[in-house]
Amino acid sequence: MNNTVYSINGPVVKAANTRDFSMLEMVYVGEKRLIGEVIGVTDEFTTIQVYENTAGLKIGEPIESTGAPVCANLGPGIISNIFDGIERPLRDMTKLNGVFVAEGNSLFSLDTEKKYDVTVTVKVGDKLCGGDIYCTCPETPLITHKCMVPPNVEGEVVFTAENGQYCVNDTIIKLKLIDGTELPLTMVQKWAIKKARPIAKRLAIKRPLITGQRVIDTIIPIAKGGAAAIPGGFGTGKTMTQHQLAKWCDADIIVYIGCGERGNEMTQVLEEFGELIDPKSNRPLTDRTVLIANTSNMPVAAREASIYTGITLAEYYRDMGYHIAIMADSTSRWAEALREISGRLEEMPAEEGFPAYLPSRLSEFYERAGYVENLNGTEGSVTIIGAVSPQGSDFSEPVTQNTKRFVRCFWALDKSLAYARHYPAIDWNSSYSEYIEDLSDFYNENVSPDFMSLRQEISNILQEETKLMEIVKLIGADVLPDDQKLTIETARVVRVGFLQQNAYHKDDTYVPLEKQRLMMKVIVDLYTRSLGALKNGVPLSDIMATGLFDKAVKIKYEVPNDELKRFDGYFKEIDEMIGGLTVTGGLL
Amino acid sequence: MNLQYVGLKDINGPLVALEGVSGVAYDEIAKIRLDDGTERIGRVVELEGDRAILQVFEGTNGISLKNTKTIFSGKPLEIPLASEMLGRVFNGAGKPVDGLGAVFPEKMGDVNGQSLNPVARQYPRNYIHTGISSIDALMTLIRGQKLPIFSGSGLSHNKLAVQIAKQARITGDDDASQSRTAGDFAIVFAAMGVQNDVANYFRRSFEETGAIERVCMFLNLSSDPIIERLLTPLCALTAAEYLAFEKNMHILVIMTDMTSYAEALREFSSSKGEIPGRKGYPGYLYSNLAALYERAGVVEGSTGSVTQIPILTMPNDDITHPIPDLTAYITEGQIVFDRDLDQKGIYPGLSVLLSLSRLMKDGIGEGYTRDDHAAVSNQLFAAYAKVQDARSLASVIGEEELSDNDKAYMRFGVLFEEHFLHQGFDENRSIDETLDLGWDLLCALPKSELDRIDEKLLDEKYDPERAARFTGGSVEVKTDIANEL
Repeated sequence: MNNTVYSINGPVVKAANTRDFSMLEMVYVGEKRLIGEVIGVTDEFTTIQVYENTAGLKIGEPIESTGAPVCANLGPGIISNIFDGIERPLRDMTKLNGVFVAEGNSLFSLDTEKKYDVTVTVKVGDKLCGGDIYCTCPETPLITHKCMVPPNVEGEVVFTAENGQYCVNDTIIKLKLIDGTELPLTMVQKWAIKKARPIAKRLAIKRPLITGQRVIDTIIPIAKGGAAAIPGGFGTGKTMTQHQLAKWCDADIIVYIGCGERGNEMTQVLEEFGELIDPKSNRPLTDRTVLIANTSNMPVAAREASIYTGITLAEYYRDMGYHIAIMADSTSRWAEALREISGRLEEMPAEEGFPAYLPSRLSEFYERAGYVENLNGTEGSVTIIGAVSPQGSDFSEPVTQNTKRFVRCFWALDKSLAYARHYPAIDWNSSYSEYIEDLSDFYNENVSPDFMSLRQEISNILQEETKLMEIVKLIGADVLPDDQKLTIETARVVRVGFLQQNAYHKDDTYVPLEKQRLMMKVIVDLYTRSLGALKNGVPLSDIMATGLFDKAVKIKYEVPNDELKRFDGYFKEIDEMIGGLTVTGGLL
Repeated sequence: MNLQYVGLKDINGPLVALEGVSGVAYDEIAKIRLDDGTERIGRVVELEGDRAILQVFEGTNGISLKNTKTIFSGKPLEIPLASEMLGRVFNGAGKPVDGLGAVFPEKMGDVNGQSLNPVARQYPRNYIHTGISSIDALMTLIRGQKLPIFSGSGLSHNKLAVQIAKQARITGDDDASQSRTAGDFAIVFAAMGVQNDVANYFRRSFEETGAIERVCMFLNLSSDPIIERLLTPLCALTAAEYLAFEKNMHILVIMTDMTSYAEALREFSSSKGEIPGRKGYPGYLYSNLAALYERAGVVEGSTGSVTQIPILTMPNDDITHPIPDLTAYITEGQIVFDRDLDQKGIYPGLSVLLSLSRLMKDGIGEGYTRDDHAAVSNQLFAAYAKVQDARSLASVIGEEELSDNDKAYMRFGVLFEEHFLHQGFDENRSIDETLDLGWDLLCALPKSELDRIDEKLLDEKYDPERAARFTGGSVEVKTDIANEL
């Protein structure tokens, strides 16, 4: 039966009088074979959102059904690649179409001609079920790709290829299924992007995602398998923070989704990650990074898909037993894509024109994060870090508020901190992490038993300062008693010396946990010793005159990450100089 | 296909509907011929069965349901492109209005453009000299960047735009670009919904400075039809892309006023009966603006670049209004005007703390501007931020009660505004002058306060004597400003 275009309104196309389509099915629209997805089926109309520009499309052009949902192609060649929102390789597209993104090309996601060095890990007669690994190959120098039996498939191996060089579409093994049919398996499998890949079970969250960023690791930590949101107005450093996390966090693989953001930012990631060498592996960061780029001027429906494509790729690698971190920049643009499509469908809007199903879509997305046991028994995790761009920097808008309900870690970026060039501009008062309790065992066992108590001391100082600043704003700092002035001075050290971190400084851009602990210890030590001295009658001006506070601020630059022994000098100095003051005070 | 459709089904604002059409493509252009012999252009914005909805660029004045014949062209809107567009003036739809006749096309270009493949972009790195201290030092403009100016009604954004257009120079990082002549650098100017006086001001200023030869103007005045306003930036950017990517020129696109553009979009959207988003603007305002702003950049295979300076007036000076808000989420920074500074007589009265250039960090320093640029700009930012703290404290407890440090900041604040921010309309400061001036001002602060600068650099440059020239002269400077007012 001929299905044809009946109406066109931007990316929304309708077909009339047809019953051939099912929900979320992928279709080809028009002579140019634009890729689209069925998003509504009624008796009269089938509604399709088209992932490409519909200019030039005519009424009456054919719509071709594919019988399958929009799928991601999963196989070797994903890492270090850059894709658009529906997993088309952008590098290959430049060879075909030049500098602009053209419509209607159905490029295959993966390089079908590249040969991989395949090791088959099963033998004829083995019984395999979904998730079992049947072959491995080095995908990049960092990542070994493990091809797995698709979930929901079960059977006996009746054929295996020899170890050797294969392309992704070559048959590696054949399975005899329960019904007797033979299923050849290549190195590629397809998976519908809107459906979460199955797992054996969820595990408790217990390990942090170590980022080397002090304010995150110690004050507001994120767990592997957790979900975090970074809301912030423009210019507060959302993208910068995400770049820092993508560069330094201890995940095995980074999936970076540029969703409706600037084209130049994606170029920057491409360039920078190619040059930056990961100190742990001595390989460029691109060897562990996948980029999904759907910039703000690319078609809006594909922007909606880019988030799902990204998380599907992440889940696939999680199934192999890797730890993945997803950077989604920005989920607000995704929500706006939902709003735009919803508006074209003339759905009844809820808050600020956003569709009523916005919260359920957000929760579906964030719930795909988790620390899990896979079908094949390995452990893996997907951590989601989503940037939120609140309209008018107002955190009460629907996307921020609804996101807040589904994440347990919230890094609020503050405009006034950013104006003062305090980066990362994470506001310690309004940010929170519900993972602290889950992770405190890890910190105390793997870093030091005093880690969490030091952290508490630092938070207390900051909280105390916030209270005092209310008073200072009204009457100035001069009238405060010395011990409160000391709190303010110490809090300054915490803010400038500890929370502020310079992404462009070679030592400060990534700080190991042990150095973070020692820095806290210096500050806490300095504070308690000074407080003791104050009680013995030493005036604050004498304590300040030692210059120890200014010295503590500069530790981040003065102590290289691999020479932590130098901290001994600081502790000794504090002991001697503050201790010395006590004696003079006592003599007078 | 040369079918003519007689008459219309209905008319609603700038939109007309036809029924019984076939073979019409989405986004196609149609000619609407009126019985009096005039012709208007329309674009297909929605198709449903045999019904087509067209937006009429020139407006629907005088159109009735019976007096039209419509012919579909089968093509999207295209404008003729040629190098000789420089020095010419066009209307919002790309038709010449300077009486010099049609442009002989080297190529026809689809105004909608296509999205750039991020892989084909090159990360912008080379700075554009504007000769304005606050911009060059603190919010540096980079070739291929989109850096909007956020202003308010009555502020001097137009003057600043002219000064930038007049003084902008490319400084190369390699010999090839240094030897470039001025001919490689050109300006595309798009005016959307501006008053006649403002358009004339720009034209006159370009003529007076001799820049008109390298300026291509697209003018849509506030009395012109709104649908044409929606086309103006598209035409301008299509011309800019052609000159940059096919003729390898460096193009600076100045677009004013984006607020009028967004309002035209809202008017169009509401007459189409679309569901409004925030403040009545359509839900796709972000995508629509992005489709314009993202047309800036540097691409592989071409030595040219498109740099954009969109200008917008913030309604009620509100930076959280959807237009500036969405713009700043797309553009790579923003230059923000401050009404208080403007009223103090500071030109250009830019709010240093609210302004930002995201691409600056990779386009300054050794090889681009000067090795101490980053240190100076960071310290100036930080110091000026403390000035604000000191001022707000002073407003509560009085200036006399401030600590010596805060008093030093109060002094620094005044000097910074009068000497660094303030400059003459004809004053073109070199980057060395600007950065040295920055150092001179920083020397007015105690050395211990300069905590963003490397010790070594500080020892080399810090000298309280450098600030001395301001302390004697500040009174005179004040009278200078008074004279200018």
